[in-house]
Amino acid sequence: MGAFDVLPDYEISRNLDRCIVCRVCERQCANQAHEYVPEEDAMASDESKCVNCHRCVSLCPTRALKIVRSSNTYKLNDNWTDKIIKEISIQASTGSVLLSSMGNPEDYPIYFDKITINASQVTNPPIDPLREPMETRVFLGPKPDSVERDSNGKIIPNLPPQVKLSMPMMFSAMSYGSISYNAHESLARAASELGICYNTGEGGLHEDFYKFGPNTIVQVASGRFGVHKQYLNQGAAVEIKMGQGAKPGIGGHLPGKKIVADVSRTRMTPEGSDAISPAPHHDIYSIEDLRQLVFSLKEATDYKKPIIVKIAAVHNVAAIASGIARSGADIIAIDGFRGGTGAAPTRIRDSVGIPIELALAAVDSKLRLEGIRGKVSIIAGGGIRSSTDIVKAIALGADAVYLGTSALLALGCHLCRSCQAGKCNWGIATQEPELVRRLNPSIGAKRLVNLMTAWQHEIEEIMGGMGINSIEALKGNRLMLRGVGLNEKELSVLGIKHAGEGQD
Amino acid sequence: MAILEIAAGCMHFRELNELIKGTDCDVTLSSCFGQRYIAAGLGAKTITITGTPGNALAAYMDGAHVIVHGNVQDAVGDTMNDGRVIVHGNAGDALGYGMRGGAIYVKGRSGYRTGIHMKEYQEKKPVIIVGEKVGSFLGEYMAGGLVAVLGIGMEGEPPVGRFTGTGMHGGKAFIRSDKELTRLPAQVSVEVASKGDLEEIEPHVDEFAKLFGYDKSALLNKNFFVLKPNAKNPYHTLYTPNPR
Repeated sequence: MGAFDVLPDYEISRNLDRCIVCRVCERQCANQAHEYVPEEDAMASDESKCVNCHRCVSLCPTRALKIVRSSNTYKLNDNWTDKIIKEISIQASTGSVLLSSMGNPEDYPIYFDKITINASQVTNPPIDPLREPMETRVFLGPKPDSVERDSNGKIIPNLPPQVKLSMPMMFSAMSYGSISYNAHESLARAASELGICYNTGEGGLHEDFYKFGPNTIVQVASGRFGVHKQYLNQGAAVEIKMGQGAKPGIGGHLPGKKIVADVSRTRMTPEGSDAISPAPHHDIYSIEDLRQLVFSLKEATDYKKPIIVKIAAVHNVAAIASGIARSGADIIAIDGFRGGTGAAPTRIRDSVGIPIELALAAVDSKLRLEGIRGKVSIIAGGGIRSSTDIVKAIALGADAVYLGTSALLALGCHLCRSCQAGKCNWGIATQEPELVRRLNPSIGAKRLVNLMTAWQHEIEEIMGGMGINSIEALKGNRLMLRGVGLNEKELSVLGIKHAGEGQD
Repeated sequence: MAILEIAAGCMHFRELNELIKGTDCDVTLSSCFGQRYIAAGLGAKTITITGTPGNALAAYMDGAHVIVHGNVQDAVGDTMNDGRVIVHGNAGDALGYGMRGGAIYVKGRSGYRTGIHMKEYQEKKPVIIVGEKVGSFLGEYMAGGLVAVLGIGMEGEPPVGRFTGTGMHGGKAFIRSDKELTRLPAQVSVEVASKGDLEEIEPHVDEFAKLFGYDKSALLNKNFFVLKPNAKNPYHTLYTPNPR
């Protein structure tokens, strides 16, 4: 170790009484943190290479391994923390921008955890979802202002194209390239089985997955990777990516080493060359310009596909969303600052953007105030962790939610936040064939179906408890929510009352 | 083949584009008044336009031939996949944004951000040839393909604006000029085009000369600079992993 090297945050603890030197840990670790020492017929470990992904811990047959937080510490200081000191040291050594993965892990308020849900007692009886029909289907897209009838009194079908979901959840955008073929296949198969949608992200659509088109959202971002007419027409909807919660105002950048043959073909970019997707679309400087892209996509898809515009939750999100609703877009996706990513500058991930709960409430309120809420559907993403988060998001005004991190956790992700290295031991955020093989798409799809089905049941139970039998009746129904320990300003932005306050 | 003649006039773009998409005939479009998205996603068909088509002409176009006797506006050939656009006039900003294949020939000038994000993949190699000059940010973030600015009538000044080739990491940009190119970003290297480089653009210059009535040898018989990316991974030293 050199004088300026940074000590690892975690240590590998091996119980020598249990270790049978089977070398599974050595084979499983793409970071080469474990090594067999023949002279001693024993395993050695190098914690400086460990990313704490728990692959070895999970597969050690004798449970001899655990990863523990290093007790080595600088002199305690609540201001100059270990983390800050280490990051400064890394930057002093490299002169580079710090690059991290997955969502903002910092200690900001989680508003979902300070909101509670209502239940019926006595006057408005709960509904038992095991016996009564519960409706979790949603349709995303603009709803007409009125029912039109012809001269015979028959209803004229004037409903613009919609995305139909069996439950108000979708898997959020993760590109092929940032995640593996097997991860994409797992998401696509699960979405198809569940009757929901997954999202290609900005890396194009592998031709093997065209068959999942009705359950696919195809994305168009500033880099236009893999975008062509067939791609646009293959999905259930087209999403324009303007921003991402993990890195608002920052573009995507897939390093050339992840652009292997198949990824290159799907993106239609040269193998080994970086795939750079800058922060701005260089042809969009205004809502009018956005309208141009929205309508060029509608023209290319013969007005058959709803157009989603995805933005990061930033300070002025409500006004921006109001502009998007007037741009001709059919659906707005808002991504909160807890949203995940394959790589983002640490400082951006941890300090830019706002919580989805506040952004969502602000957007829903603004669109209602302006009388244009029916022109668009709202998808909320970036920090949704459970069925209760989903119920709360819908009651705050979302039509549906995007799930990224929770879907990856179902696939085996352990949130080690090292996606940018491309050596994901769980076969998710990697393009190395021997690692990709570790994720079995049949098992992956099954686990995703399990998770979504479980959450759907929970949502039905929570709705039943409130005496609500349809997601539609929950949408924007903020009287079903109460804040606990929130101040007046927070309650006012969220548009909810404090616990203890009644309905009047 | 029969030709459908349409006088566009003040027709709404949606109505006009439905007519164009709805016919198997080639189309002659007269008095075009800024209708947008003409030939968006369109396959094999020839559209001849007089007047001024609006923004996003030939966006996602997939094989059609578009000939414009007049000027074109912004975002022509956005994400175009195949086919040809021939402009007997000038083009606006963001010409050929994210273009993946096919060719665009502009007799006159084009605006800012010409040929940005152009890509290539194996046999798919987009080409943009501009006769006179272009605005700033030519070939920004270019990842493949070929763009050439011929500088016709631009004696004494380079026919490009500022920030040419910023973030370029693939493809080639040819600039026909006697004047040294200055203030280029670190991501590009500039050199006088070699014989091999010139052979690469020769067929496209030939086509340009035929389309617009120029003498090919006169066009080729002048100094060409060629801009290439310095590296396929221009930003790889910008970041350091921080597993936190």
